[in-house]
Amino acid sequence: MNFEYSEEQTMIKDSVERFVREEYGFDVRRQIIASDDGYSREYWAKFAELGWLSIPFAEQYGGYGGSVDDVAAIMEALGKGNVVEPFVPTVLMFGGLLAHSGNEALMSAYIPRIIAGKCLGAFAYLERQSRFEMTDIATTARSEKDKLIINGEKTVVLNATNADSLVVAVRTGGEQFDRRGISLIVVDTDTPGVEVTGYAMMDGQRAANIKFVDVAVAKDCLLGALDEGMDVVDKMVPEALLALCAQAQGVMETLNETTVNYTKTRNQFGVPISSFQVLQHRMVDNFMAAEQARSMLYRGLCAFGSGSVETEYERSRSLHALKAVVAKSSKLIGEEAIQIHGGMGMTDELDVGHFVKRLMTINTMFGDGDYHQKAFNRLSYQSAS
Amino acid sequence: MDVMFSQEDLAFRDEVRAFFSAEFDPALAKERQGGQGADYKSAIVKWQKKLHAKGWIAPGWPTEYGGTGWSVTQKFIFETERGAAGIPDVVPFGLKMVAPVIYTFGNEEQKAKFLPRILSSEDWWCQGYSEPGAGSDLAALNTTADYAGENYIVNGRKIWTTLAQYADWIFCLVRTSKEVRKQQGISFLLIDMKSPGITVKPIVTIDGKHSLNEVLFEDVEVPVENLIGEQDKGWTYAKALLAHERTGMADVADSKRSFAALKARASDEVNGGVAMIEDPVFQMRLSDIEMELMALEYTELRVYASMAAGGMPGPESSLLKIKGTEIVQAIQELQLQLAAYYGSALPAASEHDVLGHEYAAEARSSYMYGRAATIYGGSNEVQRNVIAKMVLGV
Repeated sequence: MNFEYSEEQTMIKDSVERFVREEYGFDVRRQIIASDDGYSREYWAKFAELGWLSIPFAEQYGGYGGSVDDVAAIMEALGKGNVVEPFVPTVLMFGGLLAHSGNEALMSAYIPRIIAGKCLGAFAYLERQSRFEMTDIATTARSEKDKLIINGEKTVVLNATNADSLVVAVRTGGEQFDRRGISLIVVDTDTPGVEVTGYAMMDGQRAANIKFVDVAVAKDCLLGALDEGMDVVDKMVPEALLALCAQAQGVMETLNETTVNYTKTRNQFGVPISSFQVLQHRMVDNFMAAEQARSMLYRGLCAFGSGSVETEYERSRSLHALKAVVAKSSKLIGEEAIQIHGGMGMTDELDVGHFVKRLMTINTMFGDGDYHQKAFNRLSYQSAS
Repeated sequence: MDVMFSQEDLAFRDEVRAFFSAEFDPALAKERQGGQGADYKSAIVKWQKKLHAKGWIAPGWPTEYGGTGWSVTQKFIFETERGAAGIPDVVPFGLKMVAPVIYTFGNEEQKAKFLPRILSSEDWWCQGYSEPGAGSDLAALNTTADYAGENYIVNGRKIWTTLAQYADWIFCLVRTSKEVRKQQGISFLLIDMKSPGITVKPIVTIDGKHSLNEVLFEDVEVPVENLIGEQDKGWTYAKALLAHERTGMADVADSKRSFAALKARASDEVNGGVAMIEDPVFQMRLSDIEMELMALEYTELRVYASMAAGGMPGPESSLLKIKGTEIVQAIQELQLQLAAYYGSALPAASEHDVLGHEYAAEARSSYMYGRAATIYGGSNEVQRNVIAKMVLGV
């Protein structure tokens, strides 16, 4: 039994934390999110140089061959700095789909470039009507000779404005909501007929709605088997969720620390407000919420780790419970951080609100807390009769 | 990161399981649940004697006094298997509370006199800490022990004394000096419950049962050899004991078992033709608890893993008592909710004789008595004070 990050993982985590401390101050971050790109090319090149972009990928493509723990170690540290660079969309979503596709040609073509920092990616799956149901896909791809012709619209595609390439989830068969009949296609964003309308998310990330008008791509851009794209998605999503929850952990603990420190320096009625028991007890509740989230994170990491003997059923339960617990903890911690900071908590010039908005954005990723709790309930509670 | 046990630990787990399933009489669990009836003491002593005969009665003690010499992981496995099997913990006052004080701070005569009888469950102990005016502010205690040659003369009142009606001995914090800071004038005394001048008065609790008591001391003579350590240093010894007690209060295995029972009942109970376990609102209530419990299970594992690695329990250990008791209560609440009307009906003659739902009486009484979980052992508010000070530094 072991719940410590390994020496190597600690080294990675320390190096990300050092970067955040020394180079990713709040003012730097504000400049980055206000820039046209919404991320720093210079830093992205640095991430590549330091090997961070290689962590989850197999060694044959130049990757580090890391596990979910390795990724979690990085993500926690990125969370502490509220780093806005598109690690999740590029490395874990776009890269994760490629890595689980089994498509040698596409993996060889894209993964080394992702690792080198030369290719930004995105995963276009959401549509206006689909909310959290990933199978609710109306965008179509029809077959024409050796091409697939894509038509439809995707929404809130994270990092799409900067992405060189996308994985697009399309319907090639079946009806709306059918799991079968969904295919994944790799599409370069400069392909004719791809119309990207960009905007910013409240946490500074860039996203876009994308129209596909008779976009023609070669059939060998199919990722995974035709109609069986969800098999690949189902392998990527748990890993991305674990990573997002690790990132949320970094954010939550930073908020708690910031809040406690603030109460020690803020004086009212002639004393630091940290001396008020009503605030102490609430900060203890915030601390406990973060610890419980960390325990769920470890539970998830153990369940999905390389040596895990956990059943598929228990893995799913752990993952749903993790996302639901993180949702509850991050809502509590975020709201309390603003409240306890008082008027200052309301200001854009303080980092607190920015951390909170990151937590809120993470909450919606791949289903919010209620969505996952309902999924947990469906798995766990059935009448014996 | 992993949750694997070693082959040796798994073999140990199997041995513990086999022993529990062969030796534990489920009637005891029922007896305990049924309350502190006449047979309760003999049933629990019988089980504790079995554990003693096996050499497993005191895993927490050093081996020289009768401990098992188990690793941290083995102790964890033993506790987990106990809870999973629905076996009540040993009565803690002797084995887990006074014994560590005796073997840590007592003299050789005291160790020889008391420890073997605690191990064998010959002596039943109770705890004399709280007083009417000293609850969370324990150091405000007022029971006095005046030094008079060979004896202390003890006068005062102790309250909330659990199971004192069965006790042979009571360990008390008493005031031996009023001259100094209130924590400094306190001593740790061992008192024979048969001493003249002691009166035990029952306190009936909101579950309608009698497990708490008031213990009155009127000019009770206590031989000076029953003083632990030095006079006026008792607070230090008691605090060391509290630190000893801090882990192992999460009761994860016990709660997992009672949660499983709750689910089974929710599957049986029907409203409008739909099993309660299928009710979306009830499902949310269930999973609110179960997810907290899944998290707490790993919080507890984290604490044990860091202790097994030779470290001290980290800040996460401080939340075990708060979260553990909140979960215990939350399960009891849903159990009572399932019992609906029957939960409110008092049994006519015997505790188990309720129409319709045999668990309803137990659901009511465990809910009512369960309110104590967030009060005893340092109320959850006091626990929050401790975390605020020790972990948050405010």
